[in-house]
Amino acid sequence: MMIRLENVTKVYRVGVERIHALNGISLEVAENEYLAVMGPSGSGKSTLMNILGCLDRPTSGTYQLDGKLLTRMGAGGLASIRNQRIGFVFQSFELLPRLNALKNVELPLIYSGLGWYSRRRRARAVLERVGLTGRMKHRPNQLSGGEKQRVAIARALIVNPRILLADEPTGNLDSRTSEEILALFDQLHRQGQTIIMVTHEEHVAGHSKRIVQMKDGRIWSDLPRHEGPPGSADSAGGEGGSP
Amino acid sequence: MKLPRLPLAFVRLLIQSVFLALGQIWARKGRSVLTTIGIVIGVASVTAVIAALTGLRANVLADFESIGANKIFVIPDWPDHGPRQHAPWKEIMLWPEQFDGLLEHCPSVQHFSRIDHSGTTARRGEDSLDVQLIGIEPPWHEIENRFVTAGRPFTLIEHSAARAVCLITAQVRDKLRLDRDCIGQRIILRNRSFRIVGIIEPAAALGIFGGGQRSQEVFIPFRTSYKMSGGPIYGIAASRSPELSEEAQAELRFFLRRQRRLQPGEPDTFRAEAIQKYIQAFMGMAIMITLIAGGIVGISLLVGGVGIMNIMLVSVSERTREIGLRKAVGARPSAILLQFLVEAVVLCLIGGLIGVLIGQGLTSAMAAIPQAKLHRAYIPMWAIGLSFGFSALVGIVFGMFPAIKAARLDPIEALRHE
Ligand SMILES: Nc1ncnc2c1ncn2[C@@H]1O[C@H](COP(=O)(O)OP(=O)(O)OP(=O)(O)O)[C@@H](O)[C@H]1O
Ligand SMILES: [Mg+2]
Repeated sequence: MMIRLENVTKVYRVGVERIHALNGISLEVAENEYLAVMGPSGSGKSTLMNILGCLDRPTSGTYQLDGKLLTRMGAGGLASIRNQRIGFVFQSFELLPRLNALKNVELPLIYSGLGWYSRRRRARAVLERVGLTGRMKHRPNQLSGGEKQRVAIARALIVNPRILLADEPTGNLDSRTSEEILALFDQLHRQGQTIIMVTHEEHVAGHSKRIVQMKDGRIWSDLPRHEGPPGSADSAGGEGGSP
Repeated sequence: MKLPRLPLAFVRLLIQSVFLALGQIWARKGRSVLTTIGIVIGVASVTAVIAALTGLRANVLADFESIGANKIFVIPDWPDHGPRQHAPWKEIMLWPEQFDGLLEHCPSVQHFSRIDHSGTTARRGEDSLDVQLIGIEPPWHEIENRFVTAGRPFTLIEHSAARAVCLITAQVRDKLRLDRDCIGQRIILRNRSFRIVGIIEPAAALGIFGGGQRSQEVFIPFRTSYKMSGGPIYGIAASRSPELSEEAQAELRFFLRRQRRLQPGEPDTFRAEAIQKYIQAFMGMAIMITLIAGGIVGISLLVGGVGIMNIMLVSVSERTREIGLRKAVGARPSAILLQFLVEAVVLCLIGGLIGVLIGQGLTSAMAAIPQAKLHRAYIPMWAIGLSFGFSALVGIVFGMFPAIKAARLDPIEALRHE
């Protein structure tokens, strides 16, 4: 199993109050799954994604990625996990405004210690892959919303991550642009990419092969989207079933 | 995919950080320049002060050079320990005979002259003048580099027969209202009439140590002087070259100890000192001045450092989101630390560069003012190196706190930052 969460909780303290954002999440995700996390606002979707993306640590429980226990790792170790195994796509793109598309995309490779030439080459290749061949020298403010999100996706993909995490990747986009981005995700999935995506919208979740429903920091439903046995269509398998 | 953490990767990150820092500073040119003012002023003043001292030192060296870098004084002195510590003056004073045969025994000594130096009043008719009365021997002219400009020096007969003849400076001639060509005229010294045989050139005008009283001098043959006064006397010698000064001093000591019959182990009852010693004393003083100036400048660098720290803290909080993103894509805390530290250091080095340029401007300005007598002022290489070193140090010290703050940021919280 590629991802294995066991009994993960996340408690925030605000003053004296304790907010249980995650209340014992157990989840397994296999290679090449395409999973959508849904649920009402405040149900803990982003919190879960941040933990999966090693941006945050659970209060308790364990997280294993490719058999490696991440919950005990230090800040430096988690940084290299993020750098080498995880691609994260944010709702608000999070591009650096003063850098052009190419430079934004090659950013993760700077921290992999790659030289200038191979950074450039890979950044070009991955921008071509997301269909932005003609926009490489554009700065974020010279790009449309959809193009910005493509740049962000390219940045997530440049390290060939084991897993692509996207927290409401279409949340800031109109429906036509959303469809383009989702088509890109479908294509990536067909090429073997494992994807976990948070969304509010049914039609967005409709692109995924497995839907996890959250409420109050718990998973209350975890089902393959298609009728029939999981792993039909192009999903490479994964039992899916509830934890 | 997993890359070993090579030093190469670190070097690349460092280069990357330098470019990033330059970009960051360029994007905020005005603010950055203002921030570095403390450093600029500190470095400009330290380089200017060092340049001025360097010029001053060159002047002093030139002065000593004109006094004579190979000159050695031999003067009587009580030892600071041993049985002769409180010996009567008669045992300590130098006797003219003690110097007999000196040149044969001291090969590094080129010239030697006994000197009998005292003060007296020179009279001519109604006029009188306080003068330095100096009994000299023929080699004195060579040692002091002062020669007769009109008339003639003493003859050997005048020396050996202790004649009542004298050489005077032009200043003495004018103050006593003698004729311009006063050769052959007479003045009264110690109730004895002396015939003027020549005019001697004044002592070289010095940059630091003024002439003044020095040039009211009357010279008479040593034997003439000694017969009148009976001492005390001292000696001056010139070594064959400045490099041989130490050698010559040792020879003089050895020679005089024997002449004065000092037992082995007994301390000297005289001193043989080169002018070099005074140069060293001055150098010590110059170093002190440099250190004091350095301290003052240190304070301004400190103030500059606080400015740097402030701007870096502002920079960190302005760029919190950027830091969050960089961390999210895999920047280790150490990479963020390096980035901000490099930025602070680059900022300080730019300040240092501007400071050195301004310091150079000040130095050129000083050198151009003739009254300041600093035409020899320049900024030595080591001072430039020191300036950049200190600037970098200020950057590291005062950039450390903001950089640590940036490195410790939590990626999620940083990304949530507005
Ligand atoms: N930094 C924080 N400090 C305190 N409470 C927090 C913090 N982050 C999230 N929470 C709380 O945790 C709960 C889950 O938040 P989370 O952002 O995961 O929800 P979400 O499912 O992503 O919601 P949305 O759909 O609106 O994005 C919420 O009640 C939220 O108030
Ligand atoms: Mg959310």
